[in-house]
Amino acid sequence: MSTVPEAALPATTGPLWRRIGPFNPLTAVILGIVGYVIGADIVGHTLASGVDAQTATDQNDISFILGLLFGVCGFLIGLGFANYPVSRILGREASLREKEQEGLWRYFTLCTDHKVVGIQYLWGVLLFFLIAGFNAMLIRTQLLRPSEHFVSADRYISLVGLHGTMMMMMSSAIVIGPFGNYFVPIMIGARRMAFPRIEALSFWLVPCAEVVLLAAVGARGFPSGWTGYASLSDQAKLGMDCYLISFGLIAISLMLVGLNMLATTLTMRAPGMTWGRLPIFVWGVIATAILQLLAAPVLLLSMALVLMDRAVGTSFFLAGLGGSPFLYENLFWVFGHPEVYILALPGFALALELVSVFARKPIWGYKLAVAGLLGVTFLSFFVWQHHLFVSGINPALRPFYMLTTELISIPTAFVFLNAMGTLWKAKIHFTVPMLFALALFFNFFIGGASGVFLSDTPSDVSTHGSFFVMAHFHYTIMGGLVFAAFGGIYYWFPKMFGVYLNEAIGKVQFWLFFVFFNLTFFPLFIAGMEGMPRRVSAYAPHLQVINDFVSSAAYVLGFSFLVFVFNVIYSCFFNRQVPATDNPWRSRGLEWQLPTPIPVENFARPPVIQGDPYGYGNPEAVPVANLNPTPAEVTAAGG
Amino acid sequence: MKGFLDKMRPAPEMRRILIIWFVLSVIATPLVAIFVGPLLPPGAASDAAHGQQQDNTVMTALVTPIVIALLVYFVYSFISWRVPREADVGDGPPLRGSPSIMGTWVAVTVMIVIFLATWGSYELFPGETGAGGGQGPDPLAVATPAAAKTALRVQVIGQQWQWTFRYPSFGGVETTQLVLPVNRQVRFEVTSIDVVHSFWAIQLGVKADAVPDEANVAFVKPVKLGTFDIRCAELCGLWHGHMATHGQVVSMPAFQRWIAGQRRRWAPIQKYLPPMKRTYMPQPDYRAG
Amino acid sequence: MSHRKVGALLATGLIVVGGVLFGLYISLFLQSEPTPNVIAPASAREANLKLQTVAQIGHGPTPDWVSYYSMHDGHWMHSTILHVPAHALIHVTVYEYDGQSGLRNPLWGQPRGIVGGVMDVNGKPLRVLNPALTAHTFSIPSLGVSVPLEGVGDNAPHQCAVAPCSLATAHNTITFSFRTGKPGEYQWQCFVPCAAGTIYGFGGPMQTIGYMDGELDVA
Repeated sequence: MSTVPEAALPATTGPLWRRIGPFNPLTAVILGIVGYVIGADIVGHTLASGVDAQTATDQNDISFILGLLFGVCGFLIGLGFANYPVSRILGREASLREKEQEGLWRYFTLCTDHKVVGIQYLWGVLLFFLIAGFNAMLIRTQLLRPSEHFVSADRYISLVGLHGTMMMMMSSAIVIGPFGNYFVPIMIGARRMAFPRIEALSFWLVPCAEVVLLAAVGARGFPSGWTGYASLSDQAKLGMDCYLISFGLIAISLMLVGLNMLATTLTMRAPGMTWGRLPIFVWGVIATAILQLLAAPVLLLSMALVLMDRAVGTSFFLAGLGGSPFLYENLFWVFGHPEVYILALPGFALALELVSVFARKPIWGYKLAVAGLLGVTFLSFFVWQHHLFVSGINPALRPFYMLTTELISIPTAFVFLNAMGTLWKAKIHFTVPMLFALALFFNFFIGGASGVFLSDTPSDVSTHGSFFVMAHFHYTIMGGLVFAAFGGIYYWFPKMFGVYLNEAIGKVQFWLFFVFFNLTFFPLFIAGMEGMPRRVSAYAPHLQVINDFVSSAAYVLGFSFLVFVFNVIYSCFFNRQVPATDNPWRSRGLEWQLPTPIPVENFARPPVIQGDPYGYGNPEAVPVANLNPTPAEVTAAGG
Repeated sequence: MKGFLDKMRPAPEMRRILIIWFVLSVIATPLVAIFVGPLLPPGAASDAAHGQQQDNTVMTALVTPIVIALLVYFVYSFISWRVPREADVGDGPPLRGSPSIMGTWVAVTVMIVIFLATWGSYELFPGETGAGGGQGPDPLAVATPAAAKTALRVQVIGQQWQWTFRYPSFGGVETTQLVLPVNRQVRFEVTSIDVVHSFWAIQLGVKADAVPDEANVAFVKPVKLGTFDIRCAELCGLWHGHMATHGQVVSMPAFQRWIAGQRRRWAPIQKYLPPMKRTYMPQPDYRAG
Repeated sequence: MSHRKVGALLATGLIVVGGVLFGLYISLFLQSEPTPNVIAPASAREANLKLQTVAQIGHGPTPDWVSYYSMHDGHWMHSTILHVPAHALIHVTVYEYDGQSGLRNPLWGQPRGIVGGVMDVNGKPLRVLNPALTAHTFSIPSLGVSVPLEGVGDNAPHQCAVAPCSLATAHNTITFSFRTGKPGEYQWQCFVPCAAGTIYGFGGPMQTIGYMDGELDVA
C-alpha cells in the first residue's frame, strides 16, 4: 500500500535497436523454430538413439518432447522474457521498456501494463474459443448419423480431445484472464499487478499451450479426450505429447495467475479498501486464485509423470508393471474437480456484479456471497472421487464423497439467494449484460440440479460416463461461465475500448445463444440416460432423432458466435457509438469513475477508498473512492 | 411475540410468490412422480435398474418444487420490477440482507442435502447390492448371504475393442455373448486386459469400470426376459464408439441349453485359455515386437 | 477515418486467413483417409477379397509399422477401407508374411463367424490355431467374424523385408468365407498385440486406420 509514485524507476534509454527490437513476435517465432530444431534434431536424437522403445516404433517421443519444450522456451526468450533475469544476473540495470510502448504493436509483445495483458487475454482466448467451437461443429456433424462417418474414427476422437482440452484451457482464463487482469488492480485502487512480468508470462503461456495443442493435428492426434486417462495415453501416438505439454504449460500459467492475483489483492489494496469493501468480483478472483494455486501443481505433476511413462519407460500408471491407472485417475481429478470451480466461480462473481449494477441495488447478502465463494473453494478439494464411483475404488468411500459433493450445493445455493435478494423490488434494466447474467442463473440451476443426480451414487451408476455428464458440465461451464464472460464483455467494452457493442445485435446474439444453447444441451440429458456414452463416434440407431435435433440446434448455436464477431467488427469500425460519459451504465464501481481510456498508471494519485461499490439507493452513500485525496486523508484511511 | 410474528409476516409480493409456488408445486410434483417417474431410465429390467429408477424419480420429484420456486420468483420479479431500459428512474431500495431469510435458506438447503446423502448412502450399505455399480474387488454391499452363495459368477473381460465373458461355474468357458438366467443373482467381475474400459449394461442398470489387473465386482438380479444393450462407457481408443454388443436374459432352462451349446462350440480353444483367476491379465509387460 | 479503415481491413484479413487455415485443417487432417478399395463382385452374391499382412511397410515416415494391404485389380493397395457387396458371400484369401507374436486373449485362436467354422491354412482345414502361433487376426466384431492368421516361423527362409510382399517370400496362405449382412458401415481390426514397443502392443499401427484397422463398407 505504498503511496510513493513509481516515477522514481529509471526510464529506458539507449540505442533505437534496443528500444524497438529485437524482441518481438517475429524473433519469438524464429527462436521458437530454432529451439524446436535444437531440441528435437540435436539434443533429442542424441539422447534417443539406441533407445528401442523410441526408435523401433517410429515414434520418438524424447525428441518430440524436447523439441516442443525448447521451442516454447525459444519463443518466450524471443519475446524478451529472459531480458530481465539475464540483466540482473549480469548486474546491469534492468530494462523496463515493456511498459512504455504505444499503439497497436504493444498487444503483440511482452507488455507489463495489466490493461494491455487483459486485452491480449480477451482476444487470444476468444480466438481459441472459436477454434474449439468449430471443432464442436465437426463433432456434431459426425453425430448426425449413427454409424456412417463424416470423419474417420481416429480423427473423431482427436477432435473430441482437441475440443475438450482447448475449451478447458481457454475457459480457465476467459473471465479471470481479460477482466481479472484488466479490472482487479483498478477495482482495488492499485496501479499495477504485484508481479507485472509474471502477469505477462501467464498470458503468453496460453497461446504457446494452444499452439502446441493444435500441433497434435500434425502428429496424428491424441485419443484420450481432455482427461488423458492412462494407460491409453501411453499407447497413444505422438500427438499425445502435445496434449501433455500444452496442459502442463497451462498448469504453470494457472499457478502464476493464482499467485499474482493473491499477491495483488493481499498487498496492493488502496488505503481504505477493507475486506468488507472489496467488489464481489474481486472475491471471486481471490477464491479462483486459491484454487489455481493449490490445484494446478497437481496437474503439472501428472502431466510430467505421463511424459516420463511415455518417453523414458517409467510405469507410474501402467498396471502390472508396478503402476496403476487408478493413480492417474485420482491425480487428475484432484486437479480436475477444483478446476471446474476455477471455471465456475469467476462466472458467479461476475454475474452478481452485473445483477447489482442493472438492478440498481446493492448485492443482497454480501457476506453470504463471500461465504458461498469461499465455501465452494474449500469443499471443492474434497469431492474428486465422485468421478470414480464405479471405477472400483474402495466402496466404503462412496457415501463420504456423495455427502461432500452434495454439501457443495449449499454454498452454491447462497449465490442464487444473493441474486434473488438483489432482484427484490429492484429497478431491473434488461440490458444485454444483464440478460447474460440472468441467463447464468437459469442455466447453472439446470447444471446444478443434474449434478445432484450425478452425485447420488445409485443414480450415477447409469449416468456416469454418458452424455448426461456431458450435458451437465456444458450447462455449468458454457451455460454459466461463458454466459458470464459475454455479459462481462458487453458490460466492460465501453470502458476497455471506448465504444458500445451494438445493443440490437447483442440481443440477437443473446437470444440465439440462450435458446439454442438450451435446445442443444437439454436433449443430451435424455440421450445420456437412454444409453449414449460420451466420446463415441457411433451410437444406437434409435438415438438418431435426438442427435439430429441436437446437431441442428448446435449449428445455430455456433452461428450465434459469428453474430458476436460481426457485432465487434461492426461496432468498432462501421458504427461507432461512443458513450456520452465515462460511466454510461451509472455503475458505482471504481473502474467506472476513471476516465476512458484509463491512463497507463490508472490513478493520478493513489485513491482513498471510502465505501463499497454498492451504494445504490442510498442518498447518503459517499462515492466509492476519493480520487484526489490530501495526504491527511490518506493517513486517516490508514495509508 | 406479536412483534416477532409481524416481522416474520412476508411482504405482499412474497406472499403472492409463495402462493403461486405452493399451488403449482402441489399440482406438478405428484404429476412428475406418477407420470414422469416410470418413464425414467434405466427401467425395471433388474433390481438395480429398478432402484436407480426409483432414485431418479425421487430426485426429479424433489427438484420439481425447487425449479418452480426459482422460475416463479424470477419471472415474477422480471414482470413486476422491470423498468425502461435506459431511463434513469432512480435506484432500488438499499436492502443489504436479512438474517432470518438467509438462515431459513441455509436450513432448507442443509436439510435437503442431508436427506439426499442419507438416502443415497442407505442403498450402498450391507444388505443392499450396491445399486449395480462396480465396487472394486471387496464389495461392501453384497447380496443377502444366501443369494451371495448361489450367485452366478460372470467374468467380464474388456479388451480393445470387444467384450468377452467367462463363466467359471461352467468350466470357465469364454464366450463373446452375454446370456443371463432370469431371477438369479449375478455377480459380475469386470476386468480388462489392456486399457481402462467401462462395462455398461444399459437396461440392467449395471456399470463398472474394467481396469487391468483388477476385479471390479457388481451385483445385479435381472427380473425381466429380453435383450439389453452393452456399451463401453470409458474412452478406450480408436473403436471405443463401436465397442457395443447385446446381452440376453432368458429362462433358466434356456440358459442351461445355451451354456451347454457354448461349451461345445468353444471346446477346441478351451485348453489354450488361462486357468480361471480373478483377473485375466496376460504377461503385463508384454511389449510385442 | 483511415485508422478505422485499416482496422476493418485488418480484421477482415484476419478472418480470411483464419478461414483458409480452417480449410487446410479440414482437408489435411480430417479427410486424410486411405483411398477406399472397391471390391468388384465376382458374381451376384459373391466377391473375392485378397489381403496380405506385412511385418513392416519399409517406407514412409513410419517404416517399421505393421500393416494390412488389400488387392485391387491385381495390384496391392495400401488401404484397409474395403467396399464389399451386401448379402453376399465374401471369399477371403490372406497372405500372412509376419512372424508369430501370440494373442493377449487366447480365445481369438478359434475362428468364428465363417462358413463351416473352418479356415484353410496352406490347403489344410483348421478348426483352431494355437494362440501362440498367431501373427494377426482378421476380425469384424459387429459381424461376429474373427479369424486367426498363423505367422511365419522366425527361421523360415526368404523373410519379406519391404511391403507389399511377393509370393516368393515366406508366407502362409489362409482362406475362409463369410457372409455380409445388410448394408452399413462396419469396422474391422486385428486382436494380436502386434505394434512393437507400445504398451500391451496396441499403440501406433494398431490404432491407425490403413494399418491394422479398417472399415468394411457394405453396400
